[in-house]
Amino acid sequence: MDFKDSLDEEKFRQEARAWLAENAPAHELPAGKKLDDAEEVTRGRAWQRAIYGGGFAGITLPKEIGGRGGTIIEQVIFSEEEARYKLPKGPYIGIGLGMALPVIGKHGTPEQIGRFADATLTGDLTWCQLFSEPAAGSDLAAVRTKAVRDGDHWEVNGQKVWSSWAHHSDWGILVVRTDPTVVKHKGLTFFVLDMKSPGVDVRPIRQISGASDFNETFLTDVRIPDSCRIGAVGEGWSCCMTVLMGERLGQGNPGLLRKLARYAEDTPRASGTALDEPAIRLALADAMADERAERFFQARLRTMVSRGENPGALAAMVKLAYASRLQQSAGLAMEIRGSDALAPAAEDADTYDIWEDYIWSTAMRIAGGADEVLRNQIAERVLNMPGEMRADKDIPFNELK
Amino acid sequence: MNFDLSEENKILAEQARSLLAEHATYDRLRALIGQDAEWDEALWRALAEMGFLGARIPEEYGGLGLSDLDLGVISEALGRANAAVPFVSSIVGVADALALAGSDEQKLKWLPKLASGEVIGCFAYGEGKHGWRPKPSGVRFDGGALRGAKSPVADAGIADILVVLCDHEGAPNLAILEMDQANITRQKRRAFDQLRGHYEIRFDGAQAELLAHATPDLIDRLFDRIAVQQAFENVGAAEACIHMARDYTMERKIFGRSLASYQAIKHKLADCLLQTEFARSNTFYAGWVASDAPEQLPVAAAAARLSALRAFEGAARENLQLHGGIGYTFEANCHFYYRRERLNALSLGPKQYWADRLIQNMPDEQGEAD
Repeated sequence: MDFKDSLDEEKFRQEARAWLAENAPAHELPAGKKLDDAEEVTRGRAWQRAIYGGGFAGITLPKEIGGRGGTIIEQVIFSEEEARYKLPKGPYIGIGLGMALPVIGKHGTPEQIGRFADATLTGDLTWCQLFSEPAAGSDLAAVRTKAVRDGDHWEVNGQKVWSSWAHHSDWGILVVRTDPTVVKHKGLTFFVLDMKSPGVDVRPIRQISGASDFNETFLTDVRIPDSCRIGAVGEGWSCCMTVLMGERLGQGNPGLLRKLARYAEDTPRASGTALDEPAIRLALADAMADERAERFFQARLRTMVSRGENPGALAAMVKLAYASRLQQSAGLAMEIRGSDALAPAAEDADTYDIWEDYIWSTAMRIAGGADEVLRNQIAERVLNMPGEMRADKDIPFNELK
Repeated sequence: MNFDLSEENKILAEQARSLLAEHATYDRLRALIGQDAEWDEALWRALAEMGFLGARIPEEYGGLGLSDLDLGVISEALGRANAAVPFVSSIVGVADALALAGSDEQKLKWLPKLASGEVIGCFAYGEGKHGWRPKPSGVRFDGGALRGAKSPVADAGIADILVVLCDHEGAPNLAILEMDQANITRQKRRAFDQLRGHYEIRFDGAQAELLAHATPDLIDRLFDRIAVQQAFENVGAAEACIHMARDYTMERKIFGRSLASYQAIKHKLADCLLQTEFARSNTFYAGWVASDAPEQLPVAAAAARLSALRAFEGAARENLQLHGGIGYTFEANCHFYYRRERLNALSLGPKQYWADRLIQNMPDEQGEAD
């Protein structure tokens, strides 16, 4: 066990740090001001182009598709160093690098790789994910959006939902049903979709936060060339698994609890501050212990990955823990501040940030694997407990009630 | 960066685990309770023979000079087996107190015998209703003599020597003394954990000496280090509870299907496992810190203690619950852990102490490994 960088890691860190010192400041976002979405995406593309120029784009992606062919530890080191600056990083870049390219790299043809890999690594192409539907979330294989073959094209009809930043994406990764006469997992096929195609209608969803990061995407008689099919017809589910593997090994939000302790200290009580209250210290300490545990648990998973081991459903634990902790911590923060947190002074930016965390945490508990689905996965795949009874097992999709 | 046990750690863990699987069976625990035994002496001898007792004791004092992480994997195995031995008292407590604060002469006198298991130590710090570390202590060291009372003191019935947290000239200090003398009386109490004897001890001018280098800071560090080892124990015990519950619910049929196939059961055990794996991460880190980055010890130890106890608490309770009525019987094995969890939760100070220690010592910036 050793938490210090190895010689190679230290060398990589120095290289990344030096490059960032020279290049990152020019791309930093203005403090305390929210840019409009289009402006943020433009800045995000520019920063990604700079990263590409510096040789740090797609650190863990194989060299054959234009990545750096580096280790997951190097990716972590780069992200740590990058996090020292306030840079435009959003799903519009992350989905391309973390989802679209791995699936195109693994299941795509050399032509498809040539067409999409570099353009994505340079930030020229931004991506969104067109997976979930109103009746297919946790049960993703139940998607109804269908594609029917018509010569060298496919005609697609249906509705996708929760597509982050689809309104500012050039392309989407899409899973649809191409054969309703077989069991649900087997009738799916994977495509990439040009979001400017006729028949693609992106409508923002008004969220409980008031923002509209997510969209509904209606697909009406959309024609997709067969050259945009990724993998074989009927191989869609295995492509989805490749995509979702990448979704769970993300980063937490270190330092959240330290911020919370300062917030408590900034909240006066009859004598002293809220941070002097035993009950609050207990709750904060528990949350801090969790935050640290999550960080070290991720380090364990990265060690496994760097040795070529697959952490499997262990990775689900990170997301399961993080989302609930964010909700609990933000809820606790509001209680620490008390009634003032219900309608804070206009300049009280900290409390408004806590509102955002509290509201967003509830989406975190649902998106990318709902709590309940993750618990099933952990019980079944780590503890080897029995799977759920599936009423749709072995029944063709078009015969399901 | 490498966050995993080394091959050497893993071999040691496997040796400890297989030794305990052989010697420390649940039937053995039941027999010990039936005999009202103070401890499992045969197991203690076997642990000594394998060198486990002296694992962390420096080589020049008769030990193997291994790391805190090495001792940790042994603690974890002992926790998993719910072993009835005075390991925390004699090795994690007294031997470490001597190693940290003893003079060379004191170390030479006692450490080799603690390592070999020939001498057993117990660590007396609690003072009844006044709590685990009252300041000032009601036990005074003065002119080579100790006066006052301590309770509960674990493993005092089998101990040859004691380290006593006491007051000397207005500051906390540590005294060491031999049990076999006229002005010490010990009275056995009924103990919540049936596998570890607890005593009240009265000192009436007992002959003692101070450990040469005990300072208040060092005493805090000693408790941090005990907390780290006990976190390993708690993680091992939590894992044992989860596996016991999983195995039982897989076997047990209810309404025509296995109990383990119900989501209510799966979700409980998934949560217990998450808590335990997270606690293990904090605990491994604290084990590494204890040897390699001691400046981070207070925070790492407190975090390990808080999360490992939470994991053990949940797992011990749910394990019994998921066994249903059979879990409430002496013949089932849930109760060993259900009692041991309370022993570990209450014996090393309240949650509040560790919460305060964590918050007070939290570094301002990311001054630690990521």
